[in-house]
Amino acid sequence: MKVTFKIWRQENPNTKGEFKSYVVDGLTDDMSFLEALDHLNEELVLQDEKVIAYEYDCREGICGQCGVFINGRAHGPHPNMTTCQLHMRSFENGETITVEPWRAKAFPIIKDLVVDRSAFDRIIESGAYISSKTGTAPEANAIPIPKAIADKAMDAAACIGCGACVATCKNASAALFTSAKINHLNSLPQGKAEASERLEHMTYQMDIEGFGNCTNTGTCEVECPEGISIKNIAEMNSAWMKQKLLG
Amino acid sequence: MKSQLDPKVPVGPIEKKWQNYQLKSQLINPANKKKLNVIVVGSGLSGAGAAATLAELGYDVKCFCYQDSARRAHSVAAQGGINAAKNYQHDGDSVYRMFYDTLKGGDFRSREANTYRLAELSAPLIDHFVQQGVPFAREYGGTLVNRSFGGVQVQRTFYARGQTGQQLLLAAYSQLYKMIHAKKVTMYPRSEMMDLVVIDGKAKGIIVRNLVTGKLERYAADAVILATGGYSRVFRLSTLAIGCNGSAIWKAHKKGAFFAAPSFTQIHPTALPQSSEAQSKLTLMSESLRNDGRIWVPKQKNDTRVPKDIPEEERDYYLERRYPSFGNLAPRDIASRAAKERIDAGYGIGRLKNAVYLDFKHAIEKFGLDIIKDRYGNLFNMYKKITGIDAYKTPMLISPAAHFSMGGLWVDYELMTTIPGLYAVGECNFSDHGANRLGANSLLQASVDGYFILPNTINNYLADEIKSEQPTTEHQEFENTEHEVQKHVDKILSINGTQTVDHFHRELGKIMWQECAMSRNKKGLKKAITQIKQLNKDFWTDVKVTGNQNEMNTELEKAYRLADFIELGILMCEDALEREESCGAHFREEYQTKDGEALRMDEDYSYVSAWEYQDGDFKLHKEQLEFEFVQPTVRSYK
Repeated sequence: MKVTFKIWRQENPNTKGEFKSYVVDGLTDDMSFLEALDHLNEELVLQDEKVIAYEYDCREGICGQCGVFINGRAHGPHPNMTTCQLHMRSFENGETITVEPWRAKAFPIIKDLVVDRSAFDRIIESGAYISSKTGTAPEANAIPIPKAIADKAMDAAACIGCGACVATCKNASAALFTSAKINHLNSLPQGKAEASERLEHMTYQMDIEGFGNCTNTGTCEVECPEGISIKNIAEMNSAWMKQKLLG
Repeated sequence: MKSQLDPKVPVGPIEKKWQNYQLKSQLINPANKKKLNVIVVGSGLSGAGAAATLAELGYDVKCFCYQDSARRAHSVAAQGGINAAKNYQHDGDSVYRMFYDTLKGGDFRSREANTYRLAELSAPLIDHFVQQGVPFAREYGGTLVNRSFGGVQVQRTFYARGQTGQQLLLAAYSQLYKMIHAKKVTMYPRSEMMDLVVIDGKAKGIIVRNLVTGKLERYAADAVILATGGYSRVFRLSTLAIGCNGSAIWKAHKKGAFFAAPSFTQIHPTALPQSSEAQSKLTLMSESLRNDGRIWVPKQKNDTRVPKDIPEEERDYYLERRYPSFGNLAPRDIASRAAKERIDAGYGIGRLKNAVYLDFKHAIEKFGLDIIKDRYGNLFNMYKKITGIDAYKTPMLISPAAHFSMGGLWVDYELMTTIPGLYAVGECNFSDHGANRLGANSLLQASVDGYFILPNTINNYLADEIKSEQPTTEHQEFENTEHEVQKHVDKILSINGTQTVDHFHRELGKIMWQECAMSRNKKGLKKAITQIKQLNKDFWTDVKVTGNQNEMNTELEKAYRLADFIELGILMCEDALEREESCGAHFREEYQTKDGEALRMDEDYSYVSAWEYQDGDFKLHKEQLEFEFVQPTVRSYK
């Protein structure tokens, strides 16, 4: 299999980037997309060129570190999939594949396809926790949590923090990421005590990081590898309105 | 030298040891804790748990990870669950039973007191995670659900769908960020530990490479905690994340920390098979699938029929046949070896004939598709994304893959290595699993080490450190160590040979997988040592790394990690060669029973091998294992 990769190259945040094309031969159907890039990087080394910087770690769709725009879609052509789970069988022989980094004001480029997503960590830092210290917990079965509530919390908690929701949104909104985390904790009895501060602080932090506002286009849930529903955003917005109006 | 291997096991009956230890341990008053600096390397379950808890206690903590965020650490990928002796299922479980299962699962090659403590602290750990908001699976009435894992006959595994590791890690990450917000922890993501700084025999700091700027940085502390995970990437193809490496513990080893049981590596029976040379990783399919899936191969060699055309009587459910009382839930080492036996005998399936079937047909018939989807839906989805195959319709193809490192830095009961002030927690230590780890005990060990044990044992050391002078990064040892690191990096960049880093990693992986994985023998191990030594020479004369040090350079990162893996590979083979018995995952072909089971040699080998680094050579020390409470027996799952 032979393809042309058209890849965004940028030395560092202060230099101007550009697309460069690389013809890569000797690929097979069952190679993953990232393995094809690995293959290209090995060729670049042997040609005495600098390798392309891109992110990955677990390569099984759970760590959330990988993520690039492929042919204009976050994580490539399939819905609900991470870049590392994409395989070359999804492309045609001879195809030109355009690869770009996430583009959002809150995710500045570090190098080539690598962006800085620490804004997500700061949103977490602003309130995505339950303030109990190690060693203070009551017996686990002391507070029953009905299956439906536990399942709903789990649906929201499944977020891997990859940033595809932001990258694919025309407003670069982090509403799906933020609402999923808020709803995970606020729906559980343990999270109730700090529910209103959490909602207040995390939505505030989302704004100051420079993420845009949500206009309900719904693209985020299509690209989300975990299929997290935009109902989370509706729930967050409604709770926020209620809090503002009723205090 | 023997005094260096004092495991410091407290006196008293086994169920009182931890309590006795805590009663006698020194305390530090809160005002003094603030003055003590602790470095934590790694932000997975053990690292984040330790960093958050130490900060809650009042210490000044710095936490480092190589990923872009603490949330990426590979604890995230553990799927199936976490064990705890809660006895919620009323099926006869207890702390003692869990302790016994773990000790037996490890083939009696772990320290009794540590293993007991692991079981003892499992129940409060579940309380802790529930309080932190982990959405564990629940019954309709709201109580917690359990399932079974390999090597046990009770149900003590707690889980959050197939993403238990992710949910526990995110809880630890949240707690860590709570303490970052409180300004008690400083987080250094995209930072890699390059070496340990030892001053007057004590761990006093680290040299770090900033992975964005490429610059070397110095950090001083009163104690250093390594929480850097496992090293199975030495096989290249493994279930681990691509960035997982053994460099931090290897550098510590070269600075004097003994390395225990380096060759004890768990080969997981249910990963996706390798499909090509270019493959970079083997994806794990959770052991929980063996609760309902049945493993088989055709009875006929080279059978090319599709599974649905092979009638029931022509299928060999070899685990059920060989181990009727545990069946498909035989422990991992046994299940892997049994798969290898069938594959080697010519019954393997798939394009490369390197796999066996994991079949859900009967479970779907019995429980219905919806129940199976509810239990394992995300795993079936993952299987489909990677292979393009719908496993609800046709069996999964699975194959053994390198997974967990039971070996690691030698630690005493306090989790301190042989370097005073240097601790190792989680997978990077050798502690509780002996020669084979039971499923769902990994998340458990990482968590109890980080949350419960270390924060209670580190006082004992730090209480005395208050009196000594605070280290500064101006010290000559920091200067010397940084200089050594700089020389090492310069050398790698200057070779400018003809082969890529990945080329050498593939070669190392092939040797290790061939000679030091599921089955080992004297001749093969000796050959492997010679081959790896040659590979080491070739690496240092012919590797090619482009780019510079002072920039983000992923190729350089791979190169210095691989340089350490090559040296570690030699030690793993030496260790496997020295141990002339079979135990757990360490299967020496020369030592087996008539039916091909592991043959332990308790009289000669009932010890933990702890290796000291001596100028490129390794010297063996032995920690004799004393079994006070349990009599080692032949480990049978038949």
